[in-house]
Amino acid sequence: MMLKSTLYDKLWNSHQVRETDEGASVLYIDRHLVHEVTSPQAFEGLRMAGRKPWRADSVLATPDHNVPTTDRSKGIEETVARIQVETLDSNCNEFGLTEYKMDDPRQGIVHVVGPESGATLPGMTVVCGDSHTSTHGALGALSFGIGTSEVEHVLATQCLIQKKSKNMLVEVNGRLRDGVSAKDMALAIIGKIGTAGGTGYAIEFGGEAVRALSIEGRMTLCNMTIEAGARAGMVAVDEKTIEYVRGRTYAPKGEQWEQAKVAWLELHSDDGAEFDRVVTIDGATIEPQVTWGTSPEMVLPVSGAVPRPEDEADGVKRGNIERALAYMGLEGGQAITTIKLNKVFIGSCTNSRIEDLRDAAAVINGRHVAASVNQALVVPGSGLVKRQAEAEGLDRIFIEAGFEWREPGCSMCLAMNADRLGDGEHCASTSNRNFEGRQGQGGRTHLVSPAMAAAAAIAGHFVDVTQEPKATKSEEV
Amino acid sequence: MDAFTTLNGLVVPIDRANVDTDAIIPKQFLKSVKRSGFGPNLFDEWRYLDVGEPDQDNSGRPVNSEFALNLPRFSGAQILIARDNFGCGSSREHAVWALHDYGIRVVIAPSFADIFYNNCFKNGVLPIALSADEVERIFKEIDANEGYQLQVDLAAQHVTLPSGEVILFEIDNFRKECLLQGLDEIGLSLQHADAVRDYEAKRKQEAPWLFAS
Ligand code: SF4
Repeated sequence: MMLKSTLYDKLWNSHQVRETDEGASVLYIDRHLVHEVTSPQAFEGLRMAGRKPWRADSVLATPDHNVPTTDRSKGIEETVARIQVETLDSNCNEFGLTEYKMDDPRQGIVHVVGPESGATLPGMTVVCGDSHTSTHGALGALSFGIGTSEVEHVLATQCLIQKKSKNMLVEVNGRLRDGVSAKDMALAIIGKIGTAGGTGYAIEFGGEAVRALSIEGRMTLCNMTIEAGARAGMVAVDEKTIEYVRGRTYAPKGEQWEQAKVAWLELHSDDGAEFDRVVTIDGATIEPQVTWGTSPEMVLPVSGAVPRPEDEADGVKRGNIERALAYMGLEGGQAITTIKLNKVFIGSCTNSRIEDLRDAAAVINGRHVAASVNQALVVPGSGLVKRQAEAEGLDRIFIEAGFEWREPGCSMCLAMNADRLGDGEHCASTSNRNFEGRQGQGGRTHLVSPAMAAAAAIAGHFVDVTQEPKATKSEEV
Repeated sequence: MDAFTTLNGLVVPIDRANVDTDAIIPKQFLKSVKRSGFGPNLFDEWRYLDVGEPDQDNSGRPVNSEFALNLPRFSGAQILIARDNFGCGSSREHAVWALHDYGIRVVIAPSFADIFYNNCFKNGVLPIALSADEVERIFKEIDANEGYQLQVDLAAQHVTLPSGEVILFEIDNFRKECLLQGLDEIGLSLQHADAVRDYEAKRKQEAPWLFAS
């Protein structure tokens, strides 16, 4: 009798080199993505032990966290950041690794660059010293973030010693309403299961609404799996996946392409495969989402009102709400649409791909950023996204509306470079984390979709983008 | 890596859920290319009243005198206890480096984020998951008793309370052995090198596109 397998089981089994005596697995890694922040100590460790990368051709590196998003012709001004980027360059040179350097047109956020270049392929194991590596699961890959010691481990051995996670299925049925995007879906899921809901699980996203998402929408969804506590998120391969991969730089060609396609179409959970936990959501009920607090699970539909601590019976939870409201400078019971914005950030590995920029641009519709908003940034995810957007004239739409059009990088998602919030400033952000201080000390982040961010930029406060005259929905194909 | 066997240490309470790695070590300190020196900036935004910068002298900075790490009664703590989902967010191993550099060798919480949990073991820090009730009880006992210490015995998987009561904790065998002996995990993995080469040869047949470059 054939055992029925989940997608995760299949990916795991095809990469298990062997089991160790202690019941863990030696898991083979096909693709190792590297950036400047979490790798210097790993390379240093390698050097100190006199080791070499096991498979240099499995590595693709690019600097993203620390790079300036303004004019780069004069290099990086800040010394510590410059040293870190230069350290990545010299490590890649020394060990013979491919790197899209800061001045390369293909440079960008590592999770945008991987799929875009075809370095991420269906059926691969993909790791990176970055928690949002879950993004790559959108292509039917097993991908997860690792720490710096594990970066060194993979460089040296091409493997990780891992314990298998449990299987969770998150099924989003029905159809999303117009103007509701993959980002809203991701936030609604986190709102439902909580930021620790996926801890110990690998999550497969399925159901009609997920299948209807474009590959880029699926990346947005898988990107935020880590915010639900799971290291890996994934979506089964279908024809859209194959079409997305076709022709990309590192995608197979000719006879190998034909062979790969056949193998990839097996990358789905078997009918009747068992999951340890199943969560079901009706996609038609999802509204545009806005986070009000300091954890991604502190999220509400845009029509909602900020919770009142006195309505919460559980003491620990009440304390969390009180602390979050104090940090965010909000009143319990305040309508989400009354939250005024000082800054708007469209970017990050969650929402900086071409479809995200198209979604945001479509909302602008000839209007201008509100006078009360002191900065609105659009930071494309990669040089190639930027070039594509410019070819479509999106840059002009943004600039004419009063947005700044920047060079690719992580930027205000984590504010390691000069792009950051001031103390007490509210920001509508398309990134993935609203932790205290994430976008700058004292900064107040509200996570939203690109369309919601653009609409908020124009209104100066949150509005329901599904009620806007020109809401579009590029996720649907 | 440092080995971990037993510890008798002072406990500092951080009474929060979802303590994320951005809070444990804020991003401006991630620009370092070293593994050490993060201790003075552990919990920087909660611990100090000004904005911290890398490579700064921290001794003269204004401190938040209410934050647990700054209370004299917790000075020298080697065990940290917090609420659910400790270490969530960014994968930065710098968070564990900062805890270790500060002197923390054991973290106790009802649950941990996966990547943080993993990173602890690579650096000689022992994360211990106890039930929410047990954690709540320890919080209460700390509150009531200055100088509150716990005794941790990894081999026996015991946490011993001052009352002498023993709480058992779970830990996976492989991680336990590595930590007890302070083993070099890369060296251990390279013992599987032949199996990895066999695997690669087989995969090159099945899925040659994974090896094209
Ligand atoms: S865009 Fe933000 S979340 Fe994504 S890799 Fe960069 S810093 Fe991390």
